[in-house]
Amino acid sequence: MSETEQGYYVPDSSPYPALLAGGMFVLALGFALQINDEPVGRWFMIAAAALIGYVLFGWFGSVIAENQAGRFLRWEDRSFRWGMAWFIASEVMFFAAFFGTLFYLRNISVPELGETQLIWPGYRGTWPTSGPAGQPFTPMAAWGIPALNTLILLSSAVSVTWAHWGLLKQRRAQLIGGLALTIALGCLFLGFQAYEYHHAYTEMGLNLGAGVYGATFFMLTGFHGLHVTIGAIGLAAVLGRAIKGHFTPDNHFGFEGVAWYWHFVDVVWLMLFVFVYWM
Amino acid sequence: MTTADLALHGSPHAPPRGLMRWLTTTNHKDIGTMYLVFSLVMFFVGGAMILLVRAELFQPGMQMMQPELFNQLIGVHALVMIFMALMPAATGFANWMIPLMIGAPDMALPRLNNWSFWLLPPAAALLLMPFALALFGVGSGAIATGWTFYAPLSVQDGMGLDFAILAIHLLGISSVMGSINIVVTVFNLRAPGMTFMKLPLFVWGWLITAFMLIAVIPVLAGAVTMLLTDRHFGTHFFNAAGGGDPILFQHLFWFFGHPEVYIVLFPVWGLTPHILSAFARKPVYGYRAQVYAFWVIGILSVIVWGHHIMTSGMSTGALLYFMYSTMSISLPLSVLFFCWIATIWRGAMTFEAPMLFALGMIVLFGIGGLTGLVLADAAADAQYHHSYFVVAHFHYTLFAGGIMGIMAGVYFWLPKMTGHMIDEILAKWHFWLTAIAFNLTFLPQFFVGLAGMPRRVPDYALQFAEFNMLSSIGAFVLGAAQLLFLIVVVKCIRGGPPAPAKVWEGAEGLEWTVPSPPPHHTFQTRPVIGE
Amino acid sequence: MSARRAISMLLGGLAVFGPASARASLDWNLPPPATPLALDTLHVHNTFMVITLTIFVLVFAIMIYSIVVHRKSRNHEPAAFTGPGTAAQIFWTLIPFLILVFIDFIVMGIPAYHSVEVMQDTRTDADMVVKVTGSQWKWQYEYPEEGIKLVSSLATPRAQLDGQAAKGEHYLREVDNPLVLPVGKKVRILLTSTDVIHTWWVPQFGTKRDAIPGFIRETWATIAQPGVYRGQCAELCGTGHAFMPVVVQAVMEPEYRQWVAQKKAEQSAQAASAQRTWSRDELMKHGQEIYAKVCAVCHQPNGQGIPGTFPALAGSKLVNGPLLDAAGRLVKDGHLDRVMNGKPGTAMQAFKATLSDSDIAAVVTFERNSFGNKMGDLVQPAQVKAVR
Ligand code: HEA
Ligand code: HEA
Ligand code: HEC
Ligand code: CUA
Ligand SMILES: [Cu+2]
Repeated sequence: MSETEQGYYVPDSSPYPALLAGGMFVLALGFALQINDEPVGRWFMIAAAALIGYVLFGWFGSVIAENQAGRFLRWEDRSFRWGMAWFIASEVMFFAAFFGTLFYLRNISVPELGETQLIWPGYRGTWPTSGPAGQPFTPMAAWGIPALNTLILLSSAVSVTWAHWGLLKQRRAQLIGGLALTIALGCLFLGFQAYEYHHAYTEMGLNLGAGVYGATFFMLTGFHGLHVTIGAIGLAAVLGRAIKGHFTPDNHFGFEGVAWYWHFVDVVWLMLFVFVYWM
Repeated sequence: MTTADLALHGSPHAPPRGLMRWLTTTNHKDIGTMYLVFSLVMFFVGGAMILLVRAELFQPGMQMMQPELFNQLIGVHALVMIFMALMPAATGFANWMIPLMIGAPDMALPRLNNWSFWLLPPAAALLLMPFALALFGVGSGAIATGWTFYAPLSVQDGMGLDFAILAIHLLGISSVMGSINIVVTVFNLRAPGMTFMKLPLFVWGWLITAFMLIAVIPVLAGAVTMLLTDRHFGTHFFNAAGGGDPILFQHLFWFFGHPEVYIVLFPVWGLTPHILSAFARKPVYGYRAQVYAFWVIGILSVIVWGHHIMTSGMSTGALLYFMYSTMSISLPLSVLFFCWIATIWRGAMTFEAPMLFALGMIVLFGIGGLTGLVLADAAADAQYHHSYFVVAHFHYTLFAGGIMGIMAGVYFWLPKMTGHMIDEILAKWHFWLTAIAFNLTFLPQFFVGLAGMPRRVPDYALQFAEFNMLSSIGAFVLGAAQLLFLIVVVKCIRGGPPAPAKVWEGAEGLEWTVPSPPPHHTFQTRPVIGE
Repeated sequence: MSARRAISMLLGGLAVFGPASARASLDWNLPPPATPLALDTLHVHNTFMVITLTIFVLVFAIMIYSIVVHRKSRNHEPAAFTGPGTAAQIFWTLIPFLILVFIDFIVMGIPAYHSVEVMQDTRTDADMVVKVTGSQWKWQYEYPEEGIKLVSSLATPRAQLDGQAAKGEHYLREVDNPLVLPVGKKVRILLTSTDVIHTWWVPQFGTKRDAIPGFIRETWATIAQPGVYRGQCAELCGTGHAFMPVVVQAVMEPEYRQWVAQKKAEQSAQAASAQRTWSRDELMKHGQEIYAKVCAVCHQPNGQGIPGTFPALAGSKLVNGPLLDAAGRLVKDGHLDRVMNGKPGTAMQAFKATLSDSDIAAVVTFERNSFGNKMGDLVQPAQVKAVR
């Protein structure tokens, strides 16, 4: 273990973490006021978003600069990898809460409501449902856009891996092309999803208020979509760095962290496809 | 300055001074100190709130406040004590001690570490702000549903609840980021030779805590997010009319909530053997057994949550499952108790303040744990549930097990951190007053609960009057005793007899090989662990 | 503090939960059981307390022995063992562990299993059904087989709460209409709620079950002795949570029959009175009673509400607005609509579920002509009936 001789890189004092916390405070405060009909909240949120944007650029920027200056060697790199892995683990549990909700509602509470004839006479308690007092709606079919989106995301997983191979074998064009393709597929996915949402709201009577079906549908696919968006932004940043030539075959944690994230988002989608759309 | 030093510090700039130093620091000791100070402040905030409550409960009748305020005070008391006093105290110790104990130069992700801390004051501000806003006519005050957020009461509640949800989100991010940092530090920054089975038990306790936090905090975040959309965006997760179920919220909450009680105690269970072994001058007994017991408790903790909702009308099968699985947690805990007692057995004990607190913690937590075992019985739980019996149970675990354990840690490590010895005499007074007043406060609550007094009531029937009066008197003595704690801590920070590197005669471990207080950057060259 | 209580507390401190405390009239233990379920729970509870107390004493006797003997001031030399070394030592550490397994799953586990069975068996040989509905902050009791309904809310006067009057013996545990049940019959109790979760709890019955909006939960009771049994709501349900008592009056079967007949007669009389036209004074007088009993907890006796939580009715736009349109239909979000249908998602509930036509007509009339509101109009029970 030769790297142990060199010492671990402990960064200097940094204003970014506290600024980020402050920005999140103002954002949360603004949001809380906004949803309680206090219109000042909006201005808080706008200011906070600007601050948070500034911090993210600054913070990530300084990490990248440190990396370029050769501060991060194998030892530090391992910390980043473990950190990212455990972060994704926590994200898995976040989605688990919503999947657990879906299973509970489908298999326990809706059938039970169907048996509670004393309160909900005539309610059948079968899935999909908007509940005993809910509005009518059409459930989302699996084999149209969702199936197409599955294909798109699966191909994007292939393309990002292809880009990784390019990086390892120092084929710049393959790296950049693969990343660009992945981002394009991600955007295509989001476009289809936006279309699907629009269709659901305007023509199918399917919205957040459409009982537990609508609620679980939009919360699960919505949080997934949000993660795709974050992943795509991450990929775009990585693409920019790839163009600048930041990555070498043995120092490219930035790339791999985003790629892991992308694969995680992909797996979540497969679960969604099976349990939300298909079954 | 050598190049190796340069690599270690980043660059030779001196850190900023004054407030900026604390806002921008990346040093694990600075951050640990901030956690500890924050926790101390919030302990008094949470305590002051509950003293108001105990004053209202001093005798039957409505004297001081309306039920609205009462309901806000109990819930905020609980959230403050658990999330802002107990957890940050444990995290403060983790920051200070884990790098020292495993021979690491700092925490693995120092900036993230700073962020984790600085999310806490905003969270506290969000939680407490509605009290102030209500004075200016905005909203109706803080969260009024108790700390459990049960829907649909929480769907009905005012804007204080939204503030609490967002506070929970910030706290959650802080905890998860802090946990990731700890896991990474333990995995990646151990000194050569510090194998997993040589890790000090405190580090083991925290490692399991971190795993649990990463597993359950996101579920709480999901649950309160659904609550938020039910409140403001028209979803029906917890509303039967739309096919939802209020009990779903309870399942999600307690899937987090039960592990949470071990999350707050694992750091204490980790540090207890250190103290026992130091003051009994004898090595820890059953190291491996304790590590395995930690694992077993950690795993069991996520499968027993149903014991909090046994009156919600679960099926008989579910009741029995949750009853037996809950009972089985007493087995690994009995292993811990056995090892603790075997650690002091045939030692040469002295009874400085940390030891007193550790021993007191064990006895009183024993009462809390054993009553927990009784609560687990699904049929009898129908009697205990939501009565003061439960309140007594969880203060024996949370205050006696948690806070007293943390105080043992403070007295144990404060000389290391400040370089000054503590005022033993005052600290002993603090211990005895705390132990006696604590029992005076909470022992009567067992009886009053059995006799049928429900919790979360601002007023009660006459038959409960005497016990409540005793309990209130106890609470005020207990509160006063904590002022002694404050004095000891402040005195120790400001001066006192100098502390040697090895503060306690029998203490073992890397942290006792560095000077007291340790230099700002501790292990500039990595220590190598023998054997 | 009475001498009896002082002594009982002292004893309680000493014997904590020992078998002596099974004399359940002293109030450091569960109250005297009134149903088989409560009896069973009491037995299980006492057994468990004895077991855990014994463990506590044993474990900490060992610890205290060590604390006394193995101390430096007695020049005790510290040993250096770190775990069970020999096979014999391993054996002796396993024994207590196995004893604990045995205690957990056999000594405690089996009786607990049986009492769960007893608790869950709500249906076998049930003689009658009572439906209990919780609302903020009162209980509604319904006897489906008899067609009787009654609403039961706190009867303690406000002055006692505020300390302006001496507190009565049953302070906070008295209601206007108790639930009346016959002795010796197995009563199946169905529970639900109209707003938030409440929990129906009578300690002497050994039952506690949540009442969950939109769902039905059930429990049961076979009361052994006539008498009055008191309990209260056990789930935090908002500001009135402490003021939501449960009172059950258990009577002998013939007395129960008599009570049922009387209630039926009362209810048909009430239905009849809703048909006739009420005078203004009658409405105002009845309205004031209903207001004090039902509405004042939230909107306050003076109609000022609690700012931020409960709106004032004095000067309210809604109250000083229209009730019914020209065709006699409800005005949406009008005064009568709000009272009858409530406002979903807030504490303002649909009172048409719990109040009769004459109650609603009276209380609405009262509100429109009190607290400084001077609408001058009135509503007749028949009009309310028409828009139900
Ligand atoms: C740090 C906090 C903490 C800890 C450690 C525990 C530990 C335990 N708790 Fe507790 N509990 C709470 C905090 C805690 N609890 C809180 C906050 C609530 C209420 C929440 C709310 O509603 O607001 C609660 C509520 C609660 C309930 C729900 C009651 C109800 O609302 O109806 C139950 C039911 O089973 C329970 C059980 C247990 C058990 C079995 C343990 C076990 O882990 C205990 C194990 C310990 C021992 C058994 C003692 C030591 C062992 C020996 C001395 C050896 C010999 C013993 C034997 C094998 C018999 N707890
Ligand atoms: C770590 C957790 C923790 C801690 C340490 C405590 C500490 C205390 N708790 Fe807490 N409590 C909970 C967690 C905790 N509690 C939880 C989870 C609930 C459930 C809430 C719910 O139902 O939702 C609860 C509920 C609860 C209730 C029940 C309320 C109800 O149901 O109506 C009561 C009643 O007596 C109580 C009392 C106390 C007392 C007397 C202390 C004492 O130990 C406090 C000691 C006192 C001080 C520390 C005060 C010191 C301050 C001063 C002397 C004043 C000086 C002031 C300044 C300098 C500003 N608590
Ligand atoms: C459990 C508490 C509670 C009780 C009991 C209660 N109310 Fe209300 N009431 C409310 C709340 C909360 C609102 C505000 C609803 C909203 O957000 O618009 C309200 C609103 C009203 C309004 C509309 C006032 C306005 O200006 O918007 C009227 C009228 C009213 N209640 C009448 C009554 C009557 C009559 C009764 C008794 C039969 C009653 N209330 C009992 C809680 C209660
Ligand atoms: Cu109803 Cu508490
Ligand atoms: Cu628990």
